[in-house]
Amino acid sequence: MDGEELTEQETALYDRQIRVWGADAQRRLSKSHILVCGMKGTVAEFCKNIVLAGVGSLTLVDDRVATDEALFSSNFLIPPDENVYRGKTLAELCCDSLKDFNPMVRVSVEKGDVSGFDGEFFNKYDVVVVSCCSLATKKSVNEKCRKLSKHIAFYTVDCRDSSGEIFVDLQDHIYSKKNLEETAECKLQYPSFEEAISVPWRALPRRVSKLYFAMRVIEKFEAEGCHPGDVSIADLPGVLKLKKELCEANEVIKAISGKGDPLKNFFFFDAVDGKGIIEDISVSNPKSGS
Amino acid sequence: MASQNQLSSIKGAKVLMVGAGGIGCELLKTLALSGFQDIHIIDMDTIEVSNLNRQFLFRKSHVGQSKAKVARDAVLKFRPHISITPYHANVKDPDFNVDFFKQFNVVLNGLDNLDARRHVNRLCLAAEVPLVESGTTGFLGQVTVHVKGRTECYECQPKPAPKTYPVCTITSTPSKFVHCIVWAKDLLFTKLFGDKNQENDLNVRSTDATSSSEHVEDVFERRKDEDIEQYGRRIYDHVFGYNIEEALSNEETWKNRNRPKPIYSRDFLHDEIAQQNGNVDKDCAAGDPSSVSAMASLGMKNPQDIWCLKENSRIFMEAFKLFFMKREKEIGNLTFDKDDQLAVEFVTAAANIRATSFGIPLHSLFEAKGIAGNIVHAVATTNAIIAGLIVIEAIKVLQNDTNNYRMTYCLEHPTRKMLLMPVEPFEANKSCYVCSESPLTLEINTHRAKLRDFVEKIVKAKLGMYFPLIMYGAALLYEVGDDLDEAMVANYAANLEKVLSELPSPVTSGTTVTVEDLKQELTCNINIKHREEFDEEKEPDGMLLSGWTQASSVEKDDNKSNGNGGSTSNASQAVPVEAEDNVEMDVLSGKKRRLSEISGQDLLSVTDETKNHEKLEVVDDDDDLVMLDDDPGLNKRKRIQ
Repeated sequence: MDGEELTEQETALYDRQIRVWGADAQRRLSKSHILVCGMKGTVAEFCKNIVLAGVGSLTLVDDRVATDEALFSSNFLIPPDENVYRGKTLAELCCDSLKDFNPMVRVSVEKGDVSGFDGEFFNKYDVVVVSCCSLATKKSVNEKCRKLSKHIAFYTVDCRDSSGEIFVDLQDHIYSKKNLEETAECKLQYPSFEEAISVPWRALPRRVSKLYFAMRVIEKFEAEGCHPGDVSIADLPGVLKLKKELCEANEVIKAISGKGDPLKNFFFFDAVDGKGIIEDISVSNPKSGS
Repeated sequence: MASQNQLSSIKGAKVLMVGAGGIGCELLKTLALSGFQDIHIIDMDTIEVSNLNRQFLFRKSHVGQSKAKVARDAVLKFRPHISITPYHANVKDPDFNVDFFKQFNVVLNGLDNLDARRHVNRLCLAAEVPLVESGTTGFLGQVTVHVKGRTECYECQPKPAPKTYPVCTITSTPSKFVHCIVWAKDLLFTKLFGDKNQENDLNVRSTDATSSSEHVEDVFERRKDEDIEQYGRRIYDHVFGYNIEEALSNEETWKNRNRPKPIYSRDFLHDEIAQQNGNVDKDCAAGDPSSVSAMASLGMKNPQDIWCLKENSRIFMEAFKLFFMKREKEIGNLTFDKDDQLAVEFVTAAANIRATSFGIPLHSLFEAKGIAGNIVHAVATTNAIIAGLIVIEAIKVLQNDTNNYRMTYCLEHPTRKMLLMPVEPFEANKSCYVCSESPLTLEINTHRAKLRDFVEKIVKAKLGMYFPLIMYGAALLYEVGDDLDEAMVANYAANLEKVLSELPSPVTSGTTVTVEDLKQELTCNINIKHREEFDEEKEPDGMLLSGWTQASSVEKDDNKSNGNGGSTSNASQAVPVEAEDNVEMDVLSGKKRRLSEISGQDLLSVTDETKNHEKLEVVDDDDDLVMLDDDPGLNKRKRIQ
């Protein structure tokens, strides 16, 4: 493939997963650079999985200083010991723990606010994951990534109450799909975040998960002054506070490795009914208008 | 946010986790983050390097230490104030008896083998403690809930059995690489390095075995004055050359098959001898026998490479010699182990040489190791998802939220838009011998089969009992225990060697034998039916148990591929026996159940019209779907409610 072989050390460590996605995918993973913004429980879970999987590097952004333990109550990367966390940012604390998980992955911290980064900054990465930020920031980061000639895989993750949502934008994504013996090349076109959330509701395919609507309502509500992530709406009977990392790490791996059907373009999970649902919400949806 | 109700049931709960491996690490973390305060965890394993890609509580420095203990310490770092009690022990130990299980509100399984799962299932039934069972392989996974009196038990439905192959496929007519691996591992390797007294079909060359068996007997013994090189080449020529020639002489076998090609060492190895001897000597300075490697001594590095016939032959000879030169003490006692590098090298090379004879594509050491070791592929993310689902079910169980119990399947490709698919649990199978204690029937030759055969092949191997007690009427025929007096032990030992019809209380056709495992609190009645003859190929045990729910284990040639079993590695064809995080997901066994069967009312909130439409689509589109569970005609399972 790329001419470079996995080292003996890598083959031994990654043995079980190479049996899942193959040595080529593992090589591609080890050359990929991931940016993650917003260190909460779900994202910590994602970071753990992607570091274990053996990506090239992981960069964390979250300048919030760890003062209140409630800020990281669901984040197992941060020990609740004031002597450890005092004066450090969430990104720094998570970085310390993540480095330990896999010495072959470079984990580092970037200072700053995600909304302030420019295109050149994002250009260093292959995958960008944003969480815990405003609707406007999500849109603007997505647009900055889309303007670059390099194809950056863009993800947003959010958990509210017992439910979670993942949005995926792989732009024009080419991947290989294995059907029995032959491998077919497939192509998918993704809408931007802005496009995907502004599809008129009446134009949506039938039976779209109710969570899609709920999440849009919350976004709108938050945009009018509430803090992101603070809302718990009555619409969703809140029962469980189980942060699910859902399938995100698997999805990022599929995107990087170019193997297997990637998720397009929303994934919803609700712990109350236990369903994990994929929705494809695009501008030119074939069922629109019905 | 969890409700007050939930929080208080979580805080007050005492949970037992069985297994601190792939699922276990994730589960312990999720339990701790969810607020559980009293967690007990049993795992007999120690940490290995190949665990570290997903068992994130472990580091390289922990290799060799107890999983249960290291996992506890790691979780206490971010949740210092909870109680975690580790047991570095086998869950089958008698200490973990019914009383032990009774102290828990729920048991959560993250196990890697069928035997242990069955054992825990029985203890949970006996102790009346709810069980949440789980498994993953690659991107696939499942979580099920088993509550006595409410849902089916873990053993209500057949489980895909360890795969076995017809003997003649292995010995004479291999058609897939896995057949060559089985031959190399179970026949050749065992014959040369393992227990020589074990029955071995290595020399059964054709279906009609009129062969010269007395000549064959000594072939595998090293002759006097024979050096290792000569010995190895003689073995090579015998198994890859002479045996194939012999098989070819039976024209009948090859009428509809491609004729295999005999291979002799002189064609590949003639000028290698001197040079190789040198390598062997200089390379193994290290005294550790487990680090001996034929690849290393031949300067071959990449386990992903597919070796040519010459390379395979050199590895074969090198590995053979290294066993005799560096590990001679172990010869006679070796069994194949996937972590034994030299054994994997030998088996890979031998399987590839045999594959060449039969025109079967060759495989790399990496692939061969996966097949030979039944390694199940595993990734962290799937385990994390499954662990989350286990906790969700555990909380429902603690709240006695019976109507909302679900079995959940984690899929690789969406089915009806779902990657995580919840399904209502099933009612108990009324003819389950474990939870309904319904009787079984055993066909056996009561004049020829000894009590020992019955104990080994049925009671232990099929019924999964560890401390059996066998009764006929009021007479005790056999039992196991520490508190037996000498006379009884002698009596039972004598009984073991008797044929059934000659036991002190003769077991004959029409009688009913009772088998009990006191530790599992499981009793099972077996109706005995005498039968004179058994088919050696199809019924190798010489007896046939029915009413028992394990699926047929003999390989069929319908290589069904399944939409969700997708894996990029060839190893996936050789489906798991007992390996890490083994899922007994029926998807893997090639058995399918129509999806329409699982369309419970709550699966999709759709109108009746669209629902019907959906069903039709589903049926048409059969091949792309994951069907759940077993053949609907076999044992129709009923949904709860």
